[in-house]
Amino acid sequence: MDSTIVSILLLDGLTNGAVYALLGLATVLVFTVTRVIFIPQGEFVAYGALTLAVMQTGKVPGTVWLLLCMAVVAASMEAVSRWQHHRNLVAALQSAFKVLVLPAAIALVSVWAAPQMFPLEVQAILSAAIVTAFGPLVYRVAYQSLEDATPLVLLIVSVGVHFAMTGLGLLFFGAEGFRNPPFWELRLAVGPLNITGQAIITFICSLALIVLLWLFFERSLMGKALRATAVNRLGARLMGISSHSSGQLAFAMAALIGALSGLLIGPSTTVFYDSGFLIGLKGFVAAVVAGLSSYPGAMVGALFVGIVESFGSFWASAFKEVIVFTLILPILLWRSLQGGHSDEEH
Amino acid sequence: MKFATKLIATAAATLVSGMALADITIGVSIPLTGPASGLGIPMKNQIALWPEKIAGEKLKVIVLDDATDPTQGVKNTRRLVTEEKVDVIVGSAATPVGIAMADVAVESQTVQLAATPIGLPPGKDTWTFRLPQSNDVMAHAVVAHMKKQGVKTVGFLGYTDAYGEQWLKAFTAAGEKEGIKIIAAERFARTDTGVTAQALKLTAANPDAMLVVASGSGAAMPEMAIVDRGFKGKIYQTHAAATKDLMRVGGKAVEGTYVVSGPVIAPAQLPDSNPSKKLAMDFAQKYDNAYGAGTHNQFAGHASDVTIVLEKAVPLALKKAKPGTPEFRLALRDALETMGRTVVAHGVLNWSKEDHWGYTMETGVIVKVTNGDWKVE
Repeated sequence: MDSTIVSILLLDGLTNGAVYALLGLATVLVFTVTRVIFIPQGEFVAYGALTLAVMQTGKVPGTVWLLLCMAVVAASMEAVSRWQHHRNLVAALQSAFKVLVLPAAIALVSVWAAPQMFPLEVQAILSAAIVTAFGPLVYRVAYQSLEDATPLVLLIVSVGVHFAMTGLGLLFFGAEGFRNPPFWELRLAVGPLNITGQAIITFICSLALIVLLWLFFERSLMGKALRATAVNRLGARLMGISSHSSGQLAFAMAALIGALSGLLIGPSTTVFYDSGFLIGLKGFVAAVVAGLSSYPGAMVGALFVGIVESFGSFWASAFKEVIVFTLILPILLWRSLQGGHSDEEH
Repeated sequence: MKFATKLIATAAATLVSGMALADITIGVSIPLTGPASGLGIPMKNQIALWPEKIAGEKLKVIVLDDATDPTQGVKNTRRLVTEEKVDVIVGSAATPVGIAMADVAVESQTVQLAATPIGLPPGKDTWTFRLPQSNDVMAHAVVAHMKKQGVKTVGFLGYTDAYGEQWLKAFTAAGEKEGIKIIAAERFARTDTGVTAQALKLTAANPDAMLVVASGSGAAMPEMAIVDRGFKGKIYQTHAAATKDLMRVGGKAVEGTYVVSGPVIAPAQLPDSNPSKKLAMDFAQKYDNAYGAGTHNQFAGHASDVTIVLEKAVPLALKKAKPGTPEFRLALRDALETMGRTVVAHGVLNWSKEDHWGYTMETGVIVKVTNGDWKVE
């Protein structure tokens, strides 16, 4: 092992780590705001990459129909719960319409745009929009009525959502994998390193997203509302911050981050309907490194996971996943020894 | 409802013909939904093209969907043997399902023709015959081709699952005889996002050729990583990668790859000396006529081979017993074991009491990816 190999492995690890960092951030975001350990985070990655892949063939992706179905389900749930509270038909229909309108609009635009074979960038934006719209709907359908349940119940729901989303992914995209065309065909030879345009885009996107997230939480009212919910849900509700809309916003952001990650890895690997799970789990390991509570911690953890994975597959490729996931044990031990307080109730 | 109508129709037909229940019943359980549906659906298409009679006996075929689920596969098989009293079970096309079904085949003493290369412990496969080639046979073809090309050292990049493991064993054994050695062996999983590190280690070992062991569209990513690292030697792929998905995903990067496969992959290009050429071409033509040009694949080929095999074995079994009886099923098994060399579309079979894999070493064909299509070497 010489410096050439080390540098190539480092670059590979950091490129993968950048994607894990995004997913780790999303996991932390969702957990702090809603206390949901969001296992299906990876499914958004696969959905994002595969939706774009299907659009590339000029067909309407199955996710569009799923989006419509989920929007209808969410809207009727909304209407029913409104009706039970207020016994007011107009208000019930109004709130149902509010849930329905955005996903329906995105779906309609996608149905129209899919056969037009727009440039790759336009299709990528559309794919991201479709997957992002899933976020709030998943929250509305699966989690919102259980908002006050224990983290354990929410975790079990997450497992269910994960299986449902993987199964639907298989139904819509089939068992074979897809590889997307690169956004930037650049190839730079820097010494022994082969830097691809795709890797540069991955780094820039990850960095930009992290900065944007930081600005959002520090500077915007909505971001501050989310932070308030994360710190103290009851207190935030007393201050007039709706925990429903905080949850939906957090899920929308998680879905957006997932979709972007999918677009970023799509050109450099073959994505299958079930590829997302392992990627998401690695993001989760990164989030655990940060104790599910710190964004910079999650980022550092993710880069660490990426590098360990890269060196692990060099030395003992058959045990790569074992190495990555065994990492979680000493980290949990260290965290539980270090943290004196109980993380159970936020 | 459909089932009930069928039952009534069958009952009526039985009354009319006065106990002419000597039809041969074939029970098929294949994945029409789930992850392996891509393998089961072409089989179902081919089954629709099966002849109405085999060896002069009317054929009754029941097709059930096992949803790529071992539990469902076992349920289907039980239903087929107890309710339908089938003479032969065909399926599954998915390995885990096929393995689970083999137990029922032994228990009910019914021949199972599996469309997947299932490995079973000794004694468990007494009623199971495999239609696909074993990895040993395919490894033999790869080694023979490598020897001709002057390859001495090989880098191995394969799945971390049973398929990768079996290939490593088969190839190491076959290579040893010809002096071809694996100098580096690396692993990856189908859903991995990259194999840069493995490719780096393999290219550093600088072998004459690389053997990639992966399936379907999963086979392209590892090969592209090897090419990306500037590997200039020959790259070989196994028969699980012998689908057009390799080119669809891999594009230009997989150009020039050698892929081992059964003869059905490109029958028209086979040399006339290949014993399977006529049968393979016949199958491919009929399938393409029915479902569109270039749509035939190896799994439809297995379904086609079922009838070829039965055509030869059933007359032998009929001499001993009537269909629908346990004696007939036993006679059919004996016939399959003793009928000797049988040419099918997928190669040349020679099943015996000890060997239920049966393909002879002449079966494997090496094709090269040329301009996004297969070219027989």
